[in-house]
Amino acid sequence: MTPEQRPNLFLRAYDSDAGYKFRRSPLTVLAGLILVLMIGAAMLAPWIAPFDPFDKASIDLFNALIPPAWQSGGDPAFLLGTDDQGRDLFSTILYGTRTSVFVGAISVALAVCAGVTFGLIAGYFGGLVDAVIMRIVDIQMTFPAIMVALLIDGVTRSFMTRDQHSEMAIVVIIIAMALSIWPQVARTVRASTMVEKSREYVLAAQVIGRGSGAILARHILPNVMGPVLVIATINLGVAILGEATLSFLGLGIPAGEPSLGTLIRIGNDFIFSGERWMLIYPGLTLALLVLSVNLLGDWLRDVLDPKLR
Amino acid sequence: MIRFLLERLLQAALLLLVVAFLAFVMFRFAGDPVAQMVSIDTTMEDRTALREALGLNDPLPTQFAQFVMRALHGDFGLSYQLGRPVAALLADRLPASIELSLIAFGLALLVGIPMGVYAGLKPESWLSRAFLIFSLAGISLPTFFIGIMLILIFGVELGAFPTFGRGDTVDLGWWTTGLLTPSGWHSIILPACTLGLFQMTFIMRLVRAEILEVMRSDYIKFARARGISKTRIHYGHALKNTLVPVMTIAGLQLGSIIAFGIVTESVFQWPGIGLLFIQAISTVDIPVMSAYLLLVALIFVSINLLVDLLYFLVDPRLRMSSK
Repeated sequence: MTPEQRPNLFLRAYDSDAGYKFRRSPLTVLAGLILVLMIGAAMLAPWIAPFDPFDKASIDLFNALIPPAWQSGGDPAFLLGTDDQGRDLFSTILYGTRTSVFVGAISVALAVCAGVTFGLIAGYFGGLVDAVIMRIVDIQMTFPAIMVALLIDGVTRSFMTRDQHSEMAIVVIIIAMALSIWPQVARTVRASTMVEKSREYVLAAQVIGRGSGAILARHILPNVMGPVLVIATINLGVAILGEATLSFLGLGIPAGEPSLGTLIRIGNDFIFSGERWMLIYPGLTLALLVLSVNLLGDWLRDVLDPKLR
Repeated sequence: MIRFLLERLLQAALLLLVVAFLAFVMFRFAGDPVAQMVSIDTTMEDRTALREALGLNDPLPTQFAQFVMRALHGDFGLSYQLGRPVAALLADRLPASIELSLIAFGLALLVGIPMGVYAGLKPESWLSRAFLIFSLAGISLPTFFIGIMLILIFGVELGAFPTFGRGDTVDLGWWTTGLLTPSGWHSIILPACTLGLFQMTFIMRLVRAEILEVMRSDYIKFARARGISKTRIHYGHALKNTLVPVMTIAGLQLGSIIAFGIVTESVFQWPGIGLLFIQAISTVDIPVMSAYLLLVALIFVSINLLVDLLYFLVDPRLRMSSK
């Protein structure tokens, strides 16, 4: 969405309003900073993490279960301590955040692509196509996202062997989360498309003989993306939580690969024996990540679409 | 009204049929049912005979029809893992899940509505702001993490509550309840708080938004102008009108209680159908999975139908437009 495509007057109001609201809300600024910092650190994990949790050679079982550096018995080399296999917790959290953010972002991107496409088609053409697409959306929206994801995981498990399934785990999760999010996007895009398609600029484009595809992609699409951005942001939080929940239940990413969910799952095994750091720091990371995403989503919603409240 | 109802019923039946088909496909094509039932020394002839006897050589539509008929009679076959009829397994586990869901939902309503009313009537007070921040945390913290933290604080550190299971249960013949023993109540508190927290914050936000909206409306202004007392305006006029959308949306949220119930039951090892389902997924116990799928679809469809009906009864505008 390039700003030039918007009417100029609206653009100025839009820009200053957003900027104003962003500056006026210290909580939003803080959330933005935290998010940029966390995602940046996660993306740069291979360069800034002190250890590589995938490198078997750097892992030493003698280093297992060392508490965080400031506690007694801590080792300054391992800032947040180590897990039961001797992996540096700080490094695994960095890599885990990377997996979680990656899974969340890709599933939301897929859901937005599918939702926007079907929403545009349903809203623009109407009739039978609209009825069929919206019925599917209705049916799917009655099932909560996490339920859809669980069912898809279960179904794929019954068709694959265990090894195949672990190899495909990330793909299955991404597809499951995307499938559970797209109906919301489709519904919103359809509603705004139905409003936009009777506007003068669309009529003008139809009159000069532009094809339906071009009208949808070049004229209507830029005008319906505002609310989509809001839904995408809020659902990024949902997708990250969904991945973490599935992985925590042992149904998502295999335990060998760090994601925030699997780290919490491992930490949970030590809840009664006192090695709390393995549970608390991945958990706090996840909570902070999702909280920041949700705060930014709230702010976006206020700015872009007051009616969505 | 009749037409609307019929349309909804037809839709519901169609959805159930689609879910049944999915369950059937899983049941029929994931693994070989015959291989599950025979031993190594069964001859090929016996296997073919068994295949014929089970109706596995019939055309697929016939097989699907038979599957649906059996499902309607509550026959889902034997669990691969536990070797017991799936219907009996589900019936055993259902009371635990229903009790947990109802207590969690009740908790969410009892705490969420007053909080929402307060935050809606006094949006500027510091307590309302605290409620809002609390609700954002409730939405951002994953259910399983809340559960673990409650276990860690109240179960492990303070030792105040049990961290798994249902405690002692009383068998009423057709229903085993944990609500008649002190240890049962003791055990349900942590899981119910975990499951109810998200619903509570959700309901709180909803009530707050509705109250804020209603307080701006003309009839409230008019009531004020007539000199009606604040209490009567707030509780007689405002709250009453917000409860309609709240009840319907909260009713729809029962579905997500079932979904998050799976997570909660897994964290607290609560012996309900959600835990059964998780175990079935990880052991690829297909009969249990497909039966659970159908059961949940049935529950969801019934809730949706009820909510639609409720809307119809409560909102006169809908009744007018359908005539």
